[in-house]
Order: sequence, then structure tokens, then C-alpha cells
Amino acid sequence: MKIFIASIFMLASISVFAQKTYSTKTGQISFDASATVDIKAVNNQVDSKFIDNTGQMIFSLLIKSFKFANGLMEDHFNEDYMESTKFPKADFKGYISNVASVNFAKNGTYPVNADGTLTIHGVAKKVAAPGTITVNNGKVTIKTLFKIKLKDFITGSYIGSQIAEEAAITVNCEYQ
Amino acid sequence: MFNHKKNIIFTILIFAISLMQISAKAQNKKGKKESEKKSIISKQITSVDTTGKPSGDLFAELDQQNASNKKSETDITTATFKTTRLINGHSIENVAKGVLDVKISHRFGTLNEGAYAIWGLDAATMRMGVDYGVTDRLMVGIGRSEYQKTYDGFFKYRILRQSTGKVNMPISVSYVASMHWKTIHFDATQNDIVHYTDRLTYAHQLIIARKMSDYFSLQVVPTLVHYNNSAPLNKYPNDYYSIGIGARQRITKRLNLTAEYFPRITKLDGYVNSFSLGVDIETGGHVFQFNFSNSTGINERAVINETLDTWEDGGIHFGFNIARVFTIKKAKKLGW
Repeated sequence: MKIFIASIFMLASISVFAQKTYSTKTGQISFDASATVDIKAVNNQVDSKFIDNTGQMIFSLLIKSFKFANGLMEDHFNEDYMESTKFPKADFKGYISNVASVNFAKNGTYPVNADGTLTIHGVAKKVAAPGTITVNNGKVTIKTLFKIKLKDFITGSYIGSQIAEEAAITVNCEYQ
Repeated sequence: MFNHKKNIIFTILIFAISLMQISAKAQNKKGKKESEKKSIISKQITSVDTTGKPSGDLFAELDQQNASNKKSETDITTATFKTTRLINGHSIENVAKGVLDVKISHRFGTLNEGAYAIWGLDAATMRMGVDYGVTDRLMVGIGRSEYQKTYDGFFKYRILRQSTGKVNMPISVSYVASMHWKTIHFDATQNDIVHYTDRLTYAHQLIIARKMSDYFSLQVVPTLVHYNNSAPLNKYPNDYYSIGIGARQRITKRLNLTAEYFPRITKLDGYVNSFSLGVDIETGGHVFQFNFSNSTGINERAVINETLDTWEDGGIHFGFNIARVFTIKKAKKLGW
């Protein structure tokens, strides 16, 4: 009988090597660069994946999928600042550095840190951001809020006056 | 005897399990080597994920996706022109769904009036109007021009949208139908018009546009203007054809030059073709349009068919369009 139990453990040890890739195609990323006027947009079609045991993660989105309340502002965003026909996508490649502290089998909210390379408008920059991973009955949600300096990625005389120098970026992605 | 049999079964079981483990490890090693070839990310531990597929490197996956999926999505061309009017006529653009656009347009007198009338600035005619986006493809609008005290209303429907990617559509096409009602008092000496419906005109326009590049857009506008009664006494035909041509050339991110020309095929006597040049200046969320034109009126009938002044004689009107947009109905899934 003891050997039976031992063999079950041995079988289980195979699955230790297994890892899970969590993914979503409907993640949400929004930004707020309001200065004198409201400059806010949201993108509900964010493609994101991460692997639970390595913490490797990617985010990818289409610039044109950012929706503004003001349609003309959306045109200017695409045409003048992001040049979205030339640079249709923005992405992030990085790692959750402390992914080992997250127990994906247990419900709860875990503080995590992510760092990696953010590419917007064809410019790649190292970024680091704190966030949380929430596990709720197998559903995993990643939330983070961080700021980027707009002049790092795009140029334009309006930045700093009508457009804020820094944009606050909010990520809210629910994975399956 | 019994014990002996039991031991054999256990031995076989353990043997089988260890075999499975060896093969699983071998598979891991193989996968690892492959992924190491693909990229030199040392953090990556490759193995078999729960779906059974060898899970690769997400970064490589993303690079691959970026290179290949350009064709799997449709990219609808936006901002062919900067606003819903090119200069005097309609452009291919619509206001977005739920957006109310209040437009005030001015056309001053002619430059050849000279310094006495400060090159036309003493005289001005205007049109006030509101446009509304019912859907992203359908917009409606009403307006009232001081010139000939004309009321107008229109709807514009986007039939085709230029796009690349999965759906490749080289042009955008819209249909505009407008109606104009002249209410200025009758000229007593002419004694020709008897009923208000005689003073109605209709315009049907098909706008065919293409954004050639980020810097240049072109549109062609076959137009039919129908007069209920072409004064005096219906001796002229009722239908007038023309083909409008419009273009936008981007100079800087904030500055665009526009041009609009309406050569007529069937002509009303005594009138000339309308030609206009304009400048579109963008500020965050608004577009100001300045223009020079030989037309005074600001509706299809007055511009296309009843332009009186000529560029050669300096019969040029300075004018501008200003617009203010109000978002009446926010898009549902914006999430704030």
C-alpha cells in the first residue's frame, strides 16, 4: 500500500514540470494624459499572455483600438502623435520578477512587480511597474497603474501644455 | 505466494513510472534545446504545458505574430479629410456616432471691393448649422444661410470605407442628399414664382474618396442638382449635372491645404464654376478652416450652380468655418 502511495507521488512529480500559459484577447488598457482638457482613451482589445512559473509576460495592442470620447481627438491621436499607420501596434515584453510568490491555486491578491521593454511609436524603453495579481477561483486578473513620460516616445509642441507631460496608464486584464 | 505476486506487480508499476519520468525529462531537454536555439533568454524554463503543446517563448511568439498578422486584421482608414466639409461642399468624413457638431461659416465680400470696403470684410453672409452622427455611418444636419435666406437639410451615408488588411477596399464612398429652400422675398418685377415648393432644390451627391497617403487625399463628387422650378417660368431644364473634385495636401501636422472645384456639365446661364482654396488648421479637438472662394452661398445649389463672381476679376470671397463638437451620447463600452 505504501508503494501505491509513493507511486502516486511519483506520478504527481511529472506534473511539476507542467506550466500554464494564461492568455486574453480582451484585456483593457486605458490612459489619461489630461492637462487643460480631458485626454483619455480606453482599449478593450488588448492581447496579453503570461506563463505562471517563469513570469514571462507580453502585452500587445492596436493603437487604432484606443477609443476617445471626442472623435476628432482620436483622429489627431492616430494621425499626428502616434502615426498609427506607420506604427500600428504597441507592445510590452517583460517578466513578473516575483511570480514565485503568487499561489495560482489559492484565492487572493498578490502584489507583484513587472519589468521589461515597452515599445510605443517605434521607440523601445525599459519600464518597471508595481501591480497586483488577483486569483479568484482559477480566474487571474492583473492590474497595474504606472506613468510614462510622453516625450520619451512621441514629440509634439502640445505636450506639456494642452497634453500632460506624463500619461497614467492603467492595465486591467482578466486571463483564462 | 500472495506476497510474491504483489511484489512483482509493484516492481512492474515502479518500472513503468520511472520510464514515464525519463521520457518526460527527455522531452523537456529536447524542448529546452530548441527554445535555446530560438532565443537566448536564460530565464525561460521550457517544458510541456497543460494543453500538451510545447510552450515556447512568448517573446518569440509575439514577434512572429507582429510579422504575420498584418493581414488578419482590417485597418479602416481614418481622417481622409479633416472635417465633414472640404470647403463649401461635403467631404467623405462623417461626425462620429453621438456627436453634435455646431458649425458657423462666414463668407465675406469680394477682395476687389478694395480698401473702401476693406477688401470685402464689410459685407458678410453666414450659415449656422448643426450636424449629428446618428451612427458611425449616418449623419444628418440642418442649417440656415443668410444668403437668399435659405434653409437646408441633408443626410450623408457612408457606403464603403477604405481599408487595408483582411478587407482591402481602395476607396471610400458616401451618398449625400440635401434639400435647400430659398425663402427670400420675391422680386415683384419678376412675377414668376407662385408657390414655395417652386423654390426648393435638391442635390444628390456620390462622394468617392481615397486617402493616397498620410499626406494626400482626393475625392470626386458626381452631383445632380434638381430644381423644382428653374426660373423664370420653367424655361430651363430642371436637372443640372456636375463633377466636383476636391483634394487635401498635408503641409505640417497641424496644417493642411485644401482645394475644391465644381466643373458643371449642364449649366445655368450667367453663372460660373466654383473654385475654392482653403487652409485647415487643427488644434486639439477642433479644426478651423480659412478659405478663398468665388462662391458666396454655402449650400450645394448656391455654390455649384449659382456662383456669380470670378477669380480673374478678383471676385474672391474670404471666409472661414468654425466648428464646436459636443459629445451627446458617449460610446457604451468606454469604461469610465
